[in-house]
Formats: sequence, C-alpha cells, structure tokens
Amino acid sequence: MKATVLKIAMAAGLMAGVATGAIAQQKNVTIGVSIPAATHGWTGGAVYHAQETAKALEKAHPGLKVIVKTSPDGASQANALDDLTAQKIDALVVLPFNSDELTDPVRQVKNKGVLVTVIDRGLKDPSIQDIYVAGDNPGFGRIAGKYFADTLKQGNIVVLRGIPTVLDDERVTNFEKAIQGSGVKILDRQYANWNRDDAFKVMQDFLSKHPKIDAVWAADDDMALGVLEAIRQAKREDIKFVVGGAGMKEMVKRVMDGDKMIPVNVTYPPALVATAMHVTAANFYTNAPMRGTFVLNAQLITKDNAKDHYFPNSPF
Amino acid sequence: MTETVLPTRAEKRKFAIDMRALSPFIALIVLIIAGALINPDFLTASNLLNVVTRSAFIAIIAVGATFVIASGGLDLSVGSMAALTAGIMILTLNSQGSADMGTLALGMLAAIALSAACGLANGLIVTFGRIEPFIVTLGTMGIFRSLVIWLAAGGTITMRNLELRELYRPVYFGNVFGIPVPIIAFMVVAAIGALILYRTSFGRHVVALGSNEDVARYSGVPIWRVRTLTYIIQGICVGIAVLVYVPRLGSATPTTGLLWELQAITAVVIGGTALKGGIGRVWGTVVGAVILELVANIMVLSNFVSEFLVGAVQGAIIIIAMLVQRSVHRGR
Repeated sequence: MKATVLKIAMAAGLMAGVATGAIAQQKNVTIGVSIPAATHGWTGGAVYHAQETAKALEKAHPGLKVIVKTSPDGASQANALDDLTAQKIDALVVLPFNSDELTDPVRQVKNKGVLVTVIDRGLKDPSIQDIYVAGDNPGFGRIAGKYFADTLKQGNIVVLRGIPTVLDDERVTNFEKAIQGSGVKILDRQYANWNRDDAFKVMQDFLSKHPKIDAVWAADDDMALGVLEAIRQAKREDIKFVVGGAGMKEMVKRVMDGDKMIPVNVTYPPALVATAMHVTAANFYTNAPMRGTFVLNAQLITKDNAKDHYFPNSPF
Repeated sequence: MTETVLPTRAEKRKFAIDMRALSPFIALIVLIIAGALINPDFLTASNLLNVVTRSAFIAIIAVGATFVIASGGLDLSVGSMAALTAGIMILTLNSQGSADMGTLALGMLAAIALSAACGLANGLIVTFGRIEPFIVTLGTMGIFRSLVIWLAAGGTITMRNLELRELYRPVYFGNVFGIPVPIIAFMVVAAIGALILYRTSFGRHVVALGSNEDVARYSGVPIWRVRTLTYIIQGICVGIAVLVYVPRLGSATPTTGLLWELQAITAVVIGGTALKGGIGRVWGTVVGAVILELVANIMVLSNFVSEFLVGAVQGAIIIIAMLVQRSVHRGR
C-alpha cells in the first residue's frame, strides 16, 4: 500500500516538477548526495543509481545541481559532509555509514538550514531528518517466508543467514513468523556472511547432513549463487527451489527467464537512493508535501514483474 | 666405546623430532574421531572429499606462507592478492572471445604472472625499503583489495562465456581416478614445496635466515635475494590457488579471499612452523589447512552448537588442538 501511495506521490511530484520547471524557467538548487563507496555489491548498486539519478534530475530540472560524493568509511564521510556544506548545498541526501558516528556531522549540516534526507540506516536522533527513506527488512523476511508457506506448503528447508546484525535478525525472525503454522519446517540455519564462498561451504555441509531438503532460503543473491553451485555438484534432485534476495541483476534475469530453481526474488533495492533523491528534488520543484517517512516495501519479484526490476547496466 | 654410544643418542633425537612433526597429524586423527562421534554422516567419502577439496585454496596459499614465515617474514596481503588475481584472470578470459584451451592458458598465465609480480613487489619493498613486512603487506593488502573493488565497480566480476566456464569447471569439480583435481593440485604444490625447503640450499637459507639473520648474513647467505624469493614463491602459490578457485564459482567479488591471510597463517602455525621463523614444516601446513576446514565442517554437521556460538567453539577447538600438540612435545 505504502509503496503504491509513494509511487503516485512521486509520479505526481515529478510531473509537477517538470511543469513548474518549464514555467518558472530556472530555480537554482544544489543537492549534495553522500553515500558509502562501492565496497560490496549492494553499495555498488547504490552508487550506480545515485549517479544515474543525478544525471536524470539535472536534465529534468534546469538550474538543479546534484553533487554525488562517495566515502570509504565513516570518518571520511564526515569530511565529505564538510566539503559538501562548503559548496552551499540546499539539501543533503545521506546514506550514513553508521548511526553513531554520523549523527553529529549530519546535525551540523542541518543547523546550517539545509534540508536533510536520510536513507536506510537511521540516525541516533531522528529529529534531524526532514525526510527518511528506508528499505523494509522485516518485510524482506516476511515476504520470503510467505512464499515458502504458500508454495511449498509442506516440507523441510534450510536457511542461510548473513552477517550477525540487527538487519539480519529482523529478516530471519520475520521469516520464521511467516512460516509459523504452515507445514514448512526449518531443518537447519547457519551464518554464511552474505558471501558466495561461505554459502557454498555451508550448503555442501547441509547436503551431507540432511538426506532430503525441499527448498533453500539463501536470503541473498550472492549466497544463492554459492548454494546453487553446491547443489549442482552434489547432483541432488530433492531441492525444488532456492530463494535469494536483494535483486541482483543476474538472478532477476533468471527469474525473468523462468528458471525452475529460482522462481522468485525479494527486493531490497539499492535504487532506494534514487527514490530519496527524487523525493528531495520534488520538495523544491513542486508544492506537494514531501516531508516524512517513506518505507519502500520489499516486493516479490516473479516472472511477470521481473522486467521492472532488471537493470542490465547496474553493476549489481 | 664412544662409537657405540653416539649412534644411540642420534637415534633418540631423531625420534623426538619425528614426534613433533607428527603432532598435527595426531590432532587431525583426534578431530576425525570426534567428527565421526558427532555425526555418522561425517565419515562419508563425499563429505570428507568435499572438506579436503575446499581446503585446497588455503593449503596452497599456506605452503607459500610456510616459506615466508620460516624466513622470519609475514604476508598479510595474500587474501586481497587472491581476489585481485582472480578478478584480472576473469577479465582476461572475458576479453578473449573463444572458448578453447588457448584462452584458458592465457588466463592462467596472466594469473600466475600477476600474482608473482605482486609477490615480487612485496619482497622488494620489504628488502630494499627495509620496512617491517607486517606494515608493507598490510599496505599492499589494502591496495590489492581496493583495486579489485574498483575493477568490479563494487559489484561482481563474472565469467561471461558459459562455454568457457563449462570447459574450466572440471579443474575444481573434476577428478582423476576418484581424487578431486584440487586435492591433486595441493599435494603436488606441497611436494614441490617440501622438496625446495628440505632438499635445496635455498631451503636451508630460508630456515637459516629465519632462525638468526645476522648469523645467516655472516655465513654468506644472500639475504636480500632469499627474502625476496620467499615472497615471490608466496605470490606464485596464491596464483595457483586462484587457478583452482575461479572454476568453482566463476566469479570474483569484493569479498573474495577475505581473511584468507589469517587462515593461511593459522594453518602454518597449526602445522608446526614457528611464527618467529627458523622452522618450516610444509606437510604440517597442509594438515593445518585441512584441520581448519574440518573444524568448520564439524560445526555445521553438529546439532548441538547454536549458530550464534559457532565461532567460539571453533576458536576453542583450535586452541585445544594446539595444547594437545604442545603436550605431545613435552611428553617425548
């Protein structure tokens, strides 16, 4: 629901933005975007979408300048925020490295009268942010769990967890809640650190340990790839499907092509950076109210809607 | 009279050294028994072959690390170096269109050349720069890692040509007379490593350098050359490990090879090589690598360790294994 509302709001905002932009000719606005550097697949995707969106927004709104800065760690991100403020920005879109380190630097930016949009990882003090755009981790687990309960109905599955974090915990507990009461039983769960090699090893061991596994929740596309290779090596026919997550382009492609082993995927899109940038720009170029919290629902990618989630040029 | 006394003494000493070299093997046997008690599936041929095959990367890298550590050095960059080498190798393979042996050979050549060059760089900076190897390789670790992240733009470097991937796949998944290719690869690497370390003057120079650099220098050991060569050997070993690694998943990511340096160093130490240098045990190193992988495997196969505590139990097992080894030494 929320996602639909948001989409409508965004579409309206964009159209209005184009219209007023044309009438008012020029309104000079500078938006600074500070995101983590591409250190793994997901952040790589975030950087790609930020750069693409910056180009698209500047084209749509003459007079708008978007500066994208990436930083390899929390301390350099704080420096990057200083640099951005020095360039007299009107709004800041920030995906903080971590909540603790960056709360104060962002507050300082805010105190200069800059509109602040925070993405994904919240700050310690939520009163700093004007706009908050986040992905939905509990939903990520719930939707995957619901798919297992509905499709498998009856059977034994194994679960691969990510890196021990709050985020991983929210996903897994909600997955468990969603399959509660159905005939789906978790045989085993183990951390594989969102890493292909670790997932390959853990899956090899699961296959040695359990003579019959009906399906696998790999919870991440990198891990799903490792899992698939282990299953292929063991030549096991009992596993009906593997569900990953996060919408890596290779995996979305397989869903699109109707691969039986990869029937669906669950989104946790790095493109939420793009959403945040659009909403922030709309704040300046439309009269629509934009302040508040936007939660992007985790969506189930199926064969039918896969093409909407397929970005062949993104590195992720 | 004296002639009859001396040989017995020598024999005694020889026996004692054998015990010390044997202790990793004893730890291995104890672990296998423990694994069999925990889960009967542990002893199946497919499980054991899986585990030993998986340990191939660390085992091969650790053979190189045995040289570096025995000479009193340290290389923290091997994990990042493996990731960078894998990335460049895949990019080389992708740049060639055809799926034939020539393309594969070119990719392999690129991998070995690059990793040897990385090793050479480490070695030259350590020797000619006269900087602590810990600092040098910590620096190159960051450099290699960033380069692979940059090449992948934060995403994944994947082999595009599916035919080529199928052609290359047997190097990890294939077997010769029932023995998986990676196991053969690391046995061959270890055999060559043992030959060089134990049977050549270079090998003796490595150990001499590790036990006392000054004495080695006064004895005419070409210190700079020997030291640089140990890093090159380490680099070549990383390259060989990558040749076996790439066919497994056909991709390199920014997390490829993360913490491999610690695993390699752990394998070397479990195997009986002294971290301060002066003693090198190639076969012990290989067993050390297998032990590390076995411990992880037993953790997943056991039903009573919660996934939250796996790391703690793993750490405890490694420490206990080392204590068992030490008590074997003392009891000789």
